[in-house]
Amino acid sequence: MIEFRKEFFADERDDNLNEIGKPTRRQDILGHVTGRSPFFDDHLFEGLLHIRCARSPHHHAKIRRIDISAAEKMPGVIRVIIGRDVPRNLNTLLSLLDFGIDDEPLLAETKVAYKGEPVAAVIAETEAQARAAVAQIRVDWDVIPHVLDVEEAIKPGAPVVCDVYPGNKFIYHGKFDHQKLRYGDVEEAFARADHIVEGRYQMSPIEQAPIETCGAIAAPEINDRFVCYTSTQALFFSLGTAAKMLTIPSNRMHFIGGTVGGGFGGKVDSLHEPIAILGAMLTGRPCKFAWDREEEMQVGAPRGAERWYIKDGVMRDGRIIARKFTGYFDSGAYTRLSSYAIIKGVGHLPGPYTIPNVYADVYCVYTNRTPATAMRGFGITGVDFSIEVHMDKVADAVGMNPIDLRILNSYRDGDMKAHRREAKNCALIECCQVVADKGGIGLMPASRAASSLRDGGGDRGRIPNRTATDQNGLVNGYQSGNYGKKAGKSDLPSGMALPPTTSRPAASTYTPPASSYTPPPASSPPPAPLPAAADTARPGAMRFSSLSGFRRR
Amino acid sequence: MAKKPVTFKLNGSERAAFVDDGQNLLEFLRRGVGDLSPKYGCGQGTCGACTVLIDGQTHLACITLAEAVQGRHVETASGLASGIVHPLQEAFMENFAAQCGYCTPGMLMSAKALLDRNPSPTREDVIEAISGNLCRCTGYEPIIEAILATSKARARA
Repeated sequence: MIEFRKEFFADERDDNLNEIGKPTRRQDILGHVTGRSPFFDDHLFEGLLHIRCARSPHHHAKIRRIDISAAEKMPGVIRVIIGRDVPRNLNTLLSLLDFGIDDEPLLAETKVAYKGEPVAAVIAETEAQARAAVAQIRVDWDVIPHVLDVEEAIKPGAPVVCDVYPGNKFIYHGKFDHQKLRYGDVEEAFARADHIVEGRYQMSPIEQAPIETCGAIAAPEINDRFVCYTSTQALFFSLGTAAKMLTIPSNRMHFIGGTVGGGFGGKVDSLHEPIAILGAMLTGRPCKFAWDREEEMQVGAPRGAERWYIKDGVMRDGRIIARKFTGYFDSGAYTRLSSYAIIKGVGHLPGPYTIPNVYADVYCVYTNRTPATAMRGFGITGVDFSIEVHMDKVADAVGMNPIDLRILNSYRDGDMKAHRREAKNCALIECCQVVADKGGIGLMPASRAASSLRDGGGDRGRIPNRTATDQNGLVNGYQSGNYGKKAGKSDLPSGMALPPTTSRPAASTYTPPASSYTPPPASSPPPAPLPAAADTARPGAMRFSSLSGFRRR
Repeated sequence: MAKKPVTFKLNGSERAAFVDDGQNLLEFLRRGVGDLSPKYGCGQGTCGACTVLIDGQTHLACITLAEAVQGRHVETASGLASGIVHPLQEAFMENFAAQCGYCTPGMLMSAKALLDRNPSPTREDVIEAISGNLCRCTGYEPIIEAILATSKARARA
């Protein structure tokens, strides 16, 4: 039941609207209730083949040898795909936004870094035959030590989870092994605070658990293209990723999506489309690659676990004058979107409160757990949980009602946020007042009289005169010009051009096709990081200011 | 693979098709017969997205042997509307009882089975009837409201 409180901010809103604020039918609901909405699997193909993956039973292991010979002889098996069959078997999702180093194979070749990581894909006439053949794939594993805890993973000597980040930490801005926020001087403020309140908060990974599992069906089209029906939440992201990993131009692929059986963020990883299309390319037949429920739960990337340490400097009257965060975001074995989640999260600190001194070090940490990905507000909800539990703890320390404490410290319009943007359209005070009313909780007169529209700005709207900075966590060997790339070595097999990562006109480095690709020898070492590209920023790279921290042009 | 002929009624029409050995009803309906309205969600009888009616009773198609429908009447969500939408479908549309739509066909069949055997269910009856159908987006509240609204509209008519 929605309740509109139209007395608030009435002059900031136009109520003379045709749709907003009025109930309306979903445009797609007739298809839903008649069972006609075309989900990816609701397309019938003659001669459809089924793909299933052989997966690692270990958290961390080197692959000495993959023997697919027995699987290839199983009934109904058309083809078995392994890593070297993937034209460009290394990717990081956000490379499409020029952010981060390619770190994850579609099918592992030299080692696996999480339980359930795929090492081979069987294409067979029926799903049952594909399952039976998967059971016949023999992998000679060299099991190596694993690490499942974020703080253990960044200790010296911890097992290296992800080869391109040997410290098990994502490298931000080509420069630091964590994302920093510095605003004012927290140490100076702690020294004069009446109370210091500290807390440690730990979240678990959360599986999105859509009722429709992730999947895709790809089929050759008569015009030398491949059609791909997919459950993706990010159609063009998946298209770009498939184009990159298969080294074919995106205009040879016809992606059809938009009908998603629940996603919640868990359908952006673009793992199914490249494998299904590769299957169609190699067999010339329609191929379906979908997770069963067990895979959805075990290898489907969840919301990442987060661990937060928060330290507040608080005055006797409840004003929070300093807040320091140390955060560890469990990215699992690969980056996927966790690097971005942290940038988003740090932009959100210190929560919806005006605190004049804020400090944060937030680490994107690799562990031998299932890679994490997007889920509803990821990067925000975890730390918000920590912040709000911590607010209650602070209220307890100063003997205040937790709602009074929140109103006292709330952003007001015109205040400066720690990431140096002005707070606008604030409404936390009003929300708190309504909550107190609903809960029958008495507020202090000052809280009752407070408004988001008053008492903001002025001194509260100014960036601190001095901000304490440091070079903690500085790293060498990376460069940010071509965003966050590792400098010095080349990772591309000889003769292979950079992939068509984007449609940017200036990205002229793409030379088509798979024919120039030379598969690495089976015994080749793990792919080394990307080459030192010219240290000039690519045109367009500056656009992604929220990711890279660069200002918009 | 051995094939077995099966004749049955699907949403009121006589059908004949071949089932594979051990094929489940969900696979059979979707790929064998071409009725795509029952959905795969778990394949192990826990999510309810594949719920169909066999002779008026709810069954989970993913754990029902296809050959078991020999001579019986199978009803699915695609057969609910006959020219005009079924009152349950209308109520689901009106009450925002579907978001992604993936659990909806199974949810509708559980609701239909309930209203067919009990035209005036209580809220508790409704909750019990859809307790085998998982939904991840809409929340169950609008679905319960839609089913109750259907029953009330029927009582008025």
